[in-house]
Amino acid sequence: MPSQEIDREPGGPSPTEAALVERARQGDLAAFSELVSRYERKIYRMARNITQNDEDAEDILQDSFLKAFQHLDSFQGQSKFYTWLVRIAVNESLMRLRKRKSDRTVSLDENIETDEEPIVREIAVWDDNPELRYTQAEMREILDKAIAGLKPIFRAVFVLRDVEEMSTEETAETLGLSVAAVKSRLLRARLQLREKLTRIFKRKGDQILGYV
Amino acid sequence: MVTCKDFLRELSDFLDENVDPAVREDLERHISECPNCWVICDTTKKTIQVYKGMDPEPLPEKVHDRLVQILEQRCGKHESSQ
Repeated sequence: MPSQEIDREPGGPSPTEAALVERARQGDLAAFSELVSRYERKIYRMARNITQNDEDAEDILQDSFLKAFQHLDSFQGQSKFYTWLVRIAVNESLMRLRKRKSDRTVSLDENIETDEEPIVREIAVWDDNPELRYTQAEMREILDKAIAGLKPIFRAVFVLRDVEEMSTEETAETLGLSVAAVKSRLLRARLQLREKLTRIFKRKGDQILGYV
Repeated sequence: MVTCKDFLRELSDFLDENVDPAVREDLERHISECPNCWVICDTTKKTIQVYKGMDPEPLPEKVHDRLVQILEQRCGKHESSQ
């Protein structure tokens, strides 16, 4: 990106997202560069979480920002720029997942038996503040590994709802699923992650019981 | 009367505060009487919190550099073609 600096008083407030988008729309590449630096980490994390592949995540990161820049004119400004960017990145992620021949478990359209009861096996209270017992890097590894163990259909829904904090409706629209399907998959994703994390974070000495 | 299976089915909506007040009351009564469901509810809530609270890690330097490079090349061209 050009090395042109964003006009800003030292120590002054950062420009709003909307102001940066407006300037980027008028061809101000420094403003677009500021948007990139605000969101690149989150977009990369999301793409990596969904695809579970570093190379794909990097391609998605690049393609998403390129597409966003090239289509800024069609961005209506009714939603937040970040939400729009996430949608682009999710579509790129899903496309790559579907293309990847080696991954035969990928079908976001796969019919999930929604009537099937969720299974809960691990019942134990957690240690207080487990996040204090691990370094941030260790925690990230634990959380990433747990997400990696989910089926892609559950991963995508959980990442959008609980990591990106999109609404159920936005998640449904982004993934092309019904609201009911998002809710059903989210419940299963949350319970599966809870199960995996409980094995790590449970308070020592607590009994593990079978359930449901 | 809410059973454990009923509670599990409603758990996500319960945690998202997306259930009717009457249903909420029934579910709250159930977890106050069922230790297993209380634990499941508490640990599911903590699962969500722990993911929400995790900042994304810094982008690997090379990934950032390649992104900047490709945007410089492609967006610069885009601008000059207008």
